[in-house]
Amino acid sequence: MTLRRHSQWGSITKHLLLLVGGVVMIYPLLWMISSSFKPQNLIFAQMGLWPTQFTLENYTKGWNAIGVPFGVFFVNSFVISVAAVVGNVASCSLAGYAFARLDFKMKGFWFSMMLVTMMLPFHVTLIPRYILFFKLGWLNTFLPLTVPHFLAVDSFFVFLIVQFIRGLPRDLDEAAAIDGASEFRIFWQVIVPLATPALVTTAIFTFIWSWDNFFSQLLYLSKVPLYTVPLGLRAFVDSTDKSSYGSLFAMSVLSLVPAFVIFVSAQQQLVEGVSRTGLKG
Amino acid sequence: MNEIVLSPTMVIGETRRQRAIRKNIVAYMFLLPWLVGFLAFSIGPILASAFLSFTKYDLLTPPTWNGLTNYVVMLTKDPRYIKALKVTVTYVFVSVPLQLTLALAIAMVLNRGIRGLSVYRAIYYLPSLLGGSVAIAILWRQVFGLNGLVNKALALLGVQGISWIGTPDTAVYTLVLLRVWQFGSPMIIFLAGLKQISPEFYEAASIDGAGALRRFWSITLPLLTPIVFFNLIMQFISAFQAFTQAFIISGGQGGPVDSTLFYTLYLYQQGFGSFRMGYASAMAWALLGIIAAFTVIAFRSSRFWVYYES
Repeated sequence: MTLRRHSQWGSITKHLLLLVGGVVMIYPLLWMISSSFKPQNLIFAQMGLWPTQFTLENYTKGWNAIGVPFGVFFVNSFVISVAAVVGNVASCSLAGYAFARLDFKMKGFWFSMMLVTMMLPFHVTLIPRYILFFKLGWLNTFLPLTVPHFLAVDSFFVFLIVQFIRGLPRDLDEAAAIDGASEFRIFWQVIVPLATPALVTTAIFTFIWSWDNFFSQLLYLSKVPLYTVPLGLRAFVDSTDKSSYGSLFAMSVLSLVPAFVIFVSAQQQLVEGVSRTGLKG
Repeated sequence: MNEIVLSPTMVIGETRRQRAIRKNIVAYMFLLPWLVGFLAFSIGPILASAFLSFTKYDLLTPPTWNGLTNYVVMLTKDPRYIKALKVTVTYVFVSVPLQLTLALAIAMVLNRGIRGLSVYRAIYYLPSLLGGSVAIAILWRQVFGLNGLVNKALALLGVQGISWIGTPDTAVYTLVLLRVWQFGSPMIIFLAGLKQISPEFYEAASIDGAGALRRFWSITLPLLTPIVFFNLIMQFISAFQAFTQAFIISGGQGGPVDSTLFYTLYLYQQGFGSFRMGYASAMAWALLGIIAAFTVIAFRSSRFWVYYES
């Protein structure tokens, strides 16, 4: 009886600590959201979360703060991220199927090459890639940010899909092969439907990483109408003083919405993706 | 007369050799996008940057060979390079252990069949998902600024804060905290690892009278070392390449007085600010060398502390 009460108290303290820890962790985030709805003069005066005065002015002001409206940046970011998702899912699943199920000459060699590129810091390829895109006249287009994805340059996802397909039972594709189905038909009608969880994980992480890929966007896009959301925010920070923190916060909050929507709607896939493969968020 | 064995393929009119060739062609068709990408965007650029690292190149005039000069300058004549290296090493070696310790501690607490696990896990994971964004860097700039949230909280305790971002001694630690804040993804990996540990071990240990601390040191930690190792390598490699947060918080400069001049930030400045592409390539190869060296050390040391079953 006393032991039980003891453990009950233990469990309550545990929950309390976890809760306090969690609140401390996401407090800045919540504060940013609430500040984005406060009038400018209250933002630095209040630490609390509840806006005593509610306004949407930060959003309307921020939207047009740097000449080109943020709507353009959102469209650009979406176009780039969606293209990256389509490219990655298509090209990585093709390569993944080849490595996992088909036999061909030099397979071992290419596979180890892929593992090597997975571990390399991207800076080693950075300068020549930039030169290549410069010579091709691709600077200030979306091509450097999208085309490589159609060529399965993110080896990590190839590896993820290979591992997943290897875990699938071979009975179905063997049965299909006996029925005379071609490799492409087996890939399209047997493997792709079964590998959907891995493809969804690929799509989700590609979208988020591509949205947040500030470094490459900074490198390849320097004309304001081509800016992505992170570049728009960066230009906004550089041009602003403290007086417009409210609108800066408002645009920052909006920039997090896509990732947050994915977080809410696909939490299970995110958690599984991280724990199965060690993908970082 | 020779005996003729009919194989199904021969019936269709295909010899074994033809069949093998066809299989190779089909496989390479699947592999083609990856192969083109590998040649054009991976191995080609890797070889090119190795070459460029021995040259002087500004993008507009052809590269000129200058041997080991870039590497020599880096190590002996460029105090900013050395500073960048120091800042990055400090950042990596302070943030990664703290981040992993916190990740493991919270994972331990969450692992004991706690109610509301998925809610806590979600809350703690959220920063990992959002932390790499420009928006969070902007938030951080405010939170640790002179009039920021941190100083507002300190004022409640009667302490007068400083601009943590603007002070050279503290600036890099705000970035360390930003990384530690993102402990959620290693935590999820630890949680998955903890689930694999059979409860029988703990039952046996409890019967033998082992306390909670003893159980942690003798059972949990040893069985978890492969995962600790994995997290360590992954976080280590990614921490060395941190860029966005330092760039936004310092306005692209790495200040104050180079105190947040991350390695990749300096590489960016050299390559794309001063267009010293040869030098930046040499920096990239040196970075690869540093990461590889530490990774090899970690692997070598792993047999002394990483426990593998079987």
